[in-house]
Amino acid sequence: MLSSKASCNSHGQDSSYFLGWQLYENNPFHEVENPTGIIQMGLAENQLSFDLVESWLRKNPDVMELKKGGESVFRELAFFQDYHGLPTFKNELVEYMAKIRGNKVKFDPNNLVLAAGATSANETLIFCLADPGEAILLPTPYYPGFDRDLKWRTGVEIVPVHCWSSNGFRITMFALEEAYERAQKLNLKVKGVLITNPSNPLGTTMTKEELDHLITFAVAKNIHVISDEVFSGTVFDSPGFISILEAAMDRNLENTDVWSRIHIVYSLSKDLGLPGFRVGMIYSNNKTVVGASTKMSSFGLVSSQTQYLLTNVLASKRFTSKYMKENQKRLKKRKEMLVSGLKKSGIECLKSNAGLFCWVDMRHLLSSNTLEAETKLWNQMVCDVGLNISPGSSFHCSEPGWFRVCFANMSRGTLQVAMRRIKDFVERSNFMGRIKMNYQQNMSSLSRKLLSNWVRKLSSPDPNEHER
Amino acid sequence: MVAMSKIATGNGHGENSPYFDGWKAYETNPFHPTERPEGVIQMGLAENQLCFNLIKNWLIKHPEASLCTPQGVNKFKETALFQDYHGMPEFRQAVAKFMGKVRGDRVKFDPDRIVMSGGATGAHEMVAFCLADPGEAFLVPTPYYPGFDRDLKWRTGVELVPVNCESYNNFKITRNALEAAYVKAQEANLRVKGLLITNPSNPLGTILDRDTLKSMVRFINDKNIHLIGDEIYAATVFMEPEFVSISEIIEEEDVECNRDLIHIVYSLSKDMGFPGFRVGIVYSYNDSVVSCARKMSSFGLVSSQTQHLIASMLSDGEFVDNFITENKELLFKRHKYFTWSLSQVGIGCLKGNSGLFIWMDLRKLLKEKTFAAEMELWRVIINEVKLNVSPGSSFHCEEPGWFRVCFANMDDHTMKVALLRIRTFVLKNNEAMVPLKLCRPSSLKLSLSRSLSRRMESPGIMSPHSPLPQSPLVRART
Repeated sequence: MLSSKASCNSHGQDSSYFLGWQLYENNPFHEVENPTGIIQMGLAENQLSFDLVESWLRKNPDVMELKKGGESVFRELAFFQDYHGLPTFKNELVEYMAKIRGNKVKFDPNNLVLAAGATSANETLIFCLADPGEAILLPTPYYPGFDRDLKWRTGVEIVPVHCWSSNGFRITMFALEEAYERAQKLNLKVKGVLITNPSNPLGTTMTKEELDHLITFAVAKNIHVISDEVFSGTVFDSPGFISILEAAMDRNLENTDVWSRIHIVYSLSKDLGLPGFRVGMIYSNNKTVVGASTKMSSFGLVSSQTQYLLTNVLASKRFTSKYMKENQKRLKKRKEMLVSGLKKSGIECLKSNAGLFCWVDMRHLLSSNTLEAETKLWNQMVCDVGLNISPGSSFHCSEPGWFRVCFANMSRGTLQVAMRRIKDFVERSNFMGRIKMNYQQNMSSLSRKLLSNWVRKLSSPDPNEHER
Repeated sequence: MVAMSKIATGNGHGENSPYFDGWKAYETNPFHPTERPEGVIQMGLAENQLCFNLIKNWLIKHPEASLCTPQGVNKFKETALFQDYHGMPEFRQAVAKFMGKVRGDRVKFDPDRIVMSGGATGAHEMVAFCLADPGEAFLVPTPYYPGFDRDLKWRTGVELVPVNCESYNNFKITRNALEAAYVKAQEANLRVKGLLITNPSNPLGTILDRDTLKSMVRFINDKNIHLIGDEIYAATVFMEPEFVSISEIIEEEDVECNRDLIHIVYSLSKDMGFPGFRVGIVYSYNDSVVSCARKMSSFGLVSSQTQHLIASMLSDGEFVDNFITENKELLFKRHKYFTWSLSQVGIGCLKGNSGLFIWMDLRKLLKEKTFAAEMELWRVIINEVKLNVSPGSSFHCEEPGWFRVCFANMDDHTMKVALLRIRTFVLKNNEAMVPLKLCRPSSLKLSLSRSLSRRMESPGIMSPHSPLPQSPLVRART
C-alpha cells in the first residue's frame, strides 16, 4: 500500500549509530537532575562557542527583523521565496568560505546553491549526478547518514573504498582502483567519488597527496568528485586544511573538463554550531549542476528570516575573524582533554587536527577481533558505562574496535565525568581479566566453572540498572 | 564529459514551458507605482499580502518571539541546536491548534501526527515518495496547480493522470470523471496509488461541497487508494459556503473510511502570507506514513528559528482568532471589488468563495476555441495590457479561454491600476458591451478589431529560463 521506500530500511535508522541516540534519549545525562544518565558522545555538534554569537546578537539589536535603518524588512522576508536565495547572504557565505580556506580559493556567489542543511545538499547533488542504480564511491569509514542521504530516495548505490588503520586510514590509489573494479564486477556504473574533508569520523584533514590521487582518479575515470567540507571551519591544528578546489588549482586544472566535475558541499551546522537553522549549500563550477540543483532546492529552501539573520552575523568581519580563532582554540583544548583523558585509561586516538570528535582505538578491549565483539563492547559502553559513543561498524569501518567519540557537544564538567567513567570501566575490565586469568591457571575444571559463573554475574549488566 | 542524471538534464522541472513568458516579461519590466508605472503588474502570483499589519503589530508587541532581540536572545543557543526532526513540541502544538481553529474547531488535530517539510512543495514530494513507487500514478482533477507536475513527478518518477472537470457544471469533480480517469490509468498500465485534491481549489477559488467530498472518500475506499488533501488555502475561505475539510468528513457517521488512506498537506504560505519561511506540514492518519515522512523530513526541516517564531505567534489564541477573521474580511472585500469591476466591463468569472485569485472567463475573447488562440490572447494581455495573468492551459484546463488572476498580492493602488488597464483594453476592443450582475459567468459577445488580430499573429517571445511561480525573482531589499 505504501511505496517500497516507505516500507524498507534504506532510511538507515536501524543502524547502531541511531539506536545509541534512542537509548540516550530514554535516559539522558544531566549534571544535576540525572547524574547517572547516559552521556551523549555520539552527536557531532559544536557547542563550545555560542557565547560569542549570543554576545554579538546582544550588541546588534538592529538585526531584529522589524527594523533596518528604521525600515521594516520583516515583510520583505516573509514574501521572499526566490530559490536563488538572498543575494547578500550568498555574498557573505562565499566570503566566509574563502576565509576558511585562507583566501586561497575565491568563490562566485552565482555558483552557490542553498539547501536545507548538508543533508539536503548531498541528496540533491546525487539526484543531479546519478541515475537510480548507478553508484558513488565512498572511502570508509564514512558518516552513517550518507546511507540515507545518498541512497534512500535517489536509488543510487554506494560502493565503499576500503581504508585501513595501517596507514592511518589514508585514501590510496590502490584502494580507489580496487573499489572501481568491484563496482564494475557488480555491473554498477560509477558516476563519482564522495569524500569528506576534514573527515568524519576520523577528524583528519586530507593530505595533498590524497587529494591529488582523487583528482587523478576522477580525470582518468571521467567521474565527478563531491567534497563534503562541512567541517572545514573546525580545523584547529596543523597541517592546515586544503580544499579540493585548491588542489585542483595547484595543478592548473581550471580550464579543463574535471573542473566542472568538482563540487563542494558545505553547511553552517558544524563550524558555527547552528544545526537547527538548516543552512546547507552546494558549490559547483558546473552550470548544469547549479541550474538543476537550484530548481531542486525548492524542496528545501532556507528560511528567509534565517538567511537574513546570518547575513548580518557574517557581515561583521571582525566577529567572524574573532569567532574562527576562538572556536579553533577551544576545539583544540577540548580535544586534548579527551585525548589525554583516554590515554590515562590506556586508550589511544588517531592523531587528528579537525572535527568535533576523535577516532578512538579500542581494539585492545575487544574479546576478539570481530564485529560481534565490537557490538558487545559498544553495548557495554552505552548500557554499563553510560556513554553513547558510536561504533566503527556504523561508519562501515573495515576493522572492528574503532569508535567515534564526540567532545564538543558538552560542558567540561560532563567530559570529565565521561573520562572518569571510562577509567573505571577499563580498570574493572583489567581487574576482572587478571583474576580470570590467574584462577583459570590454578583451579580444577569444576571450580573454574563456578568461578566463570561468578565472574559473568559480576560483569554483566543489571537489566534494571538504567531504568530510572 | 560524463553525463549527469536524467533528472538533472531532462525537463521534469517544468520550467521550460512557454508559460514563463509572463514571468520574464514581469521580471524585465516590473510595475512600480512611482518608478515604473507602465511596468507589468504581477497577477500570476498567489500570495496573501493583505494582513501584514496585523502580523507586524503582533511582532512589535512580542519581541521575545525573535531570537535577535534582547528579550529573545536567551533562547538562541537551544534553538540553534535544535535539529530534531520531530520538530519543537510547542511548534507542533501551535500548528495543530491553528489548523483546528481554521476549521472552526469542528475537528482536533494531533500534534504528534504533524510532520515538517520544506513548504508545501517539499510536503507534496515527500508524500509522493512515501505512497508511490516510480511508474505508479496519482489522479489529479483538472484544472490543477502547475507546480504539481514538478513536485509530484520530477524526482519521484510518479505519474499524474488528470481527472477531467468541465465548466458546464462549474468544474465539479464527479464520480464518473474519477472512474473514467481510473480506467484510463489502467489502460495505460499505470497502477493508481492515490487521488490528490486541492480544497479550496487552486486555480478555481472554490471549495468542495460535502457530497463531493463524501463521494471521493467512498471512491478511494472502494479502490483502496490514498486520498491526499492539499488544504493550504483553508483559511482563505471568505464567503459562504463554509469550508469542509477531509478531516471533518472522515468523522461523519455515514462515512466508512480506512483512515490509513487519508493525508493532508498544509502550509503557512497562503493562509498567513509567509512563503519565505518555508513552513510545510504533512498530516497523516497513517502511522507508517507519519514515521516514514518524519525520517524524510530531514531533507527539508523548518528552520528552528522559524519554528520558535511560529510557535509563539500561533499559540496566541486571541491573535489567531483575530487574524482569521480579519484575513477573511480583507479577502472578501478585495474579491468583491475585483469581480464587480470586471463585471462592469463584461468580464465574468467562476463564482468563487476562497483562495487568492479568481478564475476569469475570457472564452468569448478567443479568436477560436483553441489553446493556440488562448496563448495568443495571453501574449496580448502580457505585452499590451501588461498584466501577468496565468493561462488555463498551464493548469491543464480542458477548455481554452480561462485565466487565473491573483488579487491578494498587491496594494489597493496597484489593484486599481490593473483594473483600469483591463477596462481600457476591453472597451477598446468591444463592439458591444452588456453590463453583468456581480459574479456571474460572462455570456457576452465580444469580438476583436482587425489591428488586434494582426498583433496576435506576431511571434511571441519564448523564454525558457524564468523561475516557477512560487519562486519569483523578487528583488531582495535588505
